[in-house]
Amino acid sequence: MSSSDIRATQSLKPLVRPAIYWTFADALIVAWRYLVQIPRIPDELIFSTIQPIMFVLLFRYVFGGAIGGTGTSYVNYLMAGIFAQTVIFGSTSTGIGLANDLQRGLIDRFRSLPMAKSAVLTGRTLADLVRNTFVVIVMWSVGLLVGFQPQGSVLAWFEGAALLLLTSFAFSWISATIGMSVRTVEAAQSAGFIWLFPLTFASSAFVPTKSMPDWLRVFAENQPVSLIINAVRGLLLNQPDATTIWQAFAWCIGILIVFVPLASLAYSRRVAR
Amino acid sequence: MSNRPAIVAEGLQKSYGKTQALAGLDLVAEEGRVLGVLGPNGAGKTTAVRILTTLLRPDAGRAEVAGLDVVKHAEELRARIGLTGQYAAVDENLTGFENLKMFGRLYHLSGAVAKRRANELIERFDLVDAAGRVVKTYSGGMRRRLDLAASLIMSPPVLFLDEPTTGLDPRGRLAMWGVIGDLVADGTTVLLTTQYLEEADQLAHQIAVIDHGRVIARGTADELKTQVGGERLEVTVARGSSLDDALPVLSSYGVGEVAVNAEMRRLIVPISNGAQLLPTIVRDLDAAHVGLDDLALRRPTLDDVFLALTGRATAEEPSAEEDSAARRPMVRSNR
Repeated sequence: MSSSDIRATQSLKPLVRPAIYWTFADALIVAWRYLVQIPRIPDELIFSTIQPIMFVLLFRYVFGGAIGGTGTSYVNYLMAGIFAQTVIFGSTSTGIGLANDLQRGLIDRFRSLPMAKSAVLTGRTLADLVRNTFVVIVMWSVGLLVGFQPQGSVLAWFEGAALLLLTSFAFSWISATIGMSVRTVEAAQSAGFIWLFPLTFASSAFVPTKSMPDWLRVFAENQPVSLIINAVRGLLLNQPDATTIWQAFAWCIGILIVFVPLASLAYSRRVAR
Repeated sequence: MSNRPAIVAEGLQKSYGKTQALAGLDLVAEEGRVLGVLGPNGAGKTTAVRILTTLLRPDAGRAEVAGLDVVKHAEELRARIGLTGQYAAVDENLTGFENLKMFGRLYHLSGAVAKRRANELIERFDLVDAAGRVVKTYSGGMRRRLDLAASLIMSPPVLFLDEPTTGLDPRGRLAMWGVIGDLVADGTTVLLTTQYLEEADQLAHQIAVIDHGRVIARGTADELKTQVGGERLEVTVARGSSLDDALPVLSSYGVGEVAVNAEMRRLIVPISNGAQLLPTIVRDLDAAHVGLDDLALRRPTLDDVFLALTGRATAEEPSAEEDSAARRPMVRSNR
């Protein structure tokens, strides 16, 4: 083989486009990179789907009979909680994935390229959004199988779905911030998860908050995850509450306003070492 | 343009908290040549490469690569350099082809050009059969080749190789040396960091030895080796024989003073043309009734260079910066 083979045989002129174009185009390529490998590591997707399925089955059949005061069948009550918990837990993979890329030197490679700087984070969060969409569809089907009967208009269901996806996206940015702030993949894993347990369980996800002690109930009724769940539940069961829906969207937007810059800052600080 | 050095670094400084990684580093690489940056873990090699490839901003000092300032023109510079780091920075769950095409797209090549370029590099780097397999299934050598291919997508005039052969088996190392030689023959300027003097010896036109973030010696491989004394003969005398009997024999053949380590029963003497002299030396030692436990010709190692330049062995250098568990052992013995 002759040395000249290494040289390109054609011109390698990069395309010229405005920066804003690359902000999106590069993010899509990075997102593609994550999405194309999902079917190649099926165990990851399978386990992240099995977990919420188990929650559906356990709560529906084990606790369901003992939980009253939901005003509808328990499975109808439960599903909004499951959806929210699924997308929120699913968003933790953002930080873990980024920490992993950092450890393997891939982020250095990206940074040595003339690509849009933001694409590393936006690409990953977008990919997790797509993945979460898929998992929500799976959960919806599982729900139908165990007796979930959504009420009201399809339009309202889509509004509920939109809220869930916005939630997924917002929590991905929190996760990215955590993943870029800790030193190892393992730390990203545990730090990304642990704070989500109280947030998802001390909420209206699985049981009505009425039965909780006062101090906990005040927290459970006012924290964002409960607001999101209540809003989604209303939309799926034909009892939409405009105030709750508005508050839930506001929380998601607020999280994005705070955590998109925070994640970017954490990323810049992390790679400057 | 032609006589301008491809890489110039002047007084680069960088600290991580209290650890000073670079303490006024100066480097120059002429266009189309290989600059070997030699030093132990923690000497600042990786920090220097990260600054020169725009990944890190220096605290002080300035650097120019391909005529562009690494801080002021970082964006522009990225299209003109290639970087291959200590571990293969490719995606394990993508195929070789997908990796190259993705990086091509991120260099903002059109889809068609990125695809053609990926295929070209796959062929050049002997990865045709593996191109459709995910990288997870590749051997270490294949991964490095893919990684190097990724840094050559734009045919960069300046290439940075941060310990490109660390962790490769001897065959993989030779193959990598071959590729680097081809690139240089083609006019690429290469900055290569390594812990192995042998590697710098093979590839580099100029070598900069660095320690504690600054250059402590520079020159060609031969110049450095002369500085450490070149080839040496080491003799370990068997118990029951006298070191004093061996001493005159060795000093008659050596080109310098004989170092005596009585505890180890070892004599070390600088020598030239050792291989030719060896039979006579053995005969003379035998005639002087010196029993031998061991006799060896040694070429200088990085340890020797370091010992000569700093009075310390490299292996005693713990590092804050590069000491993570993923890195390789410090120095390969050359014995």
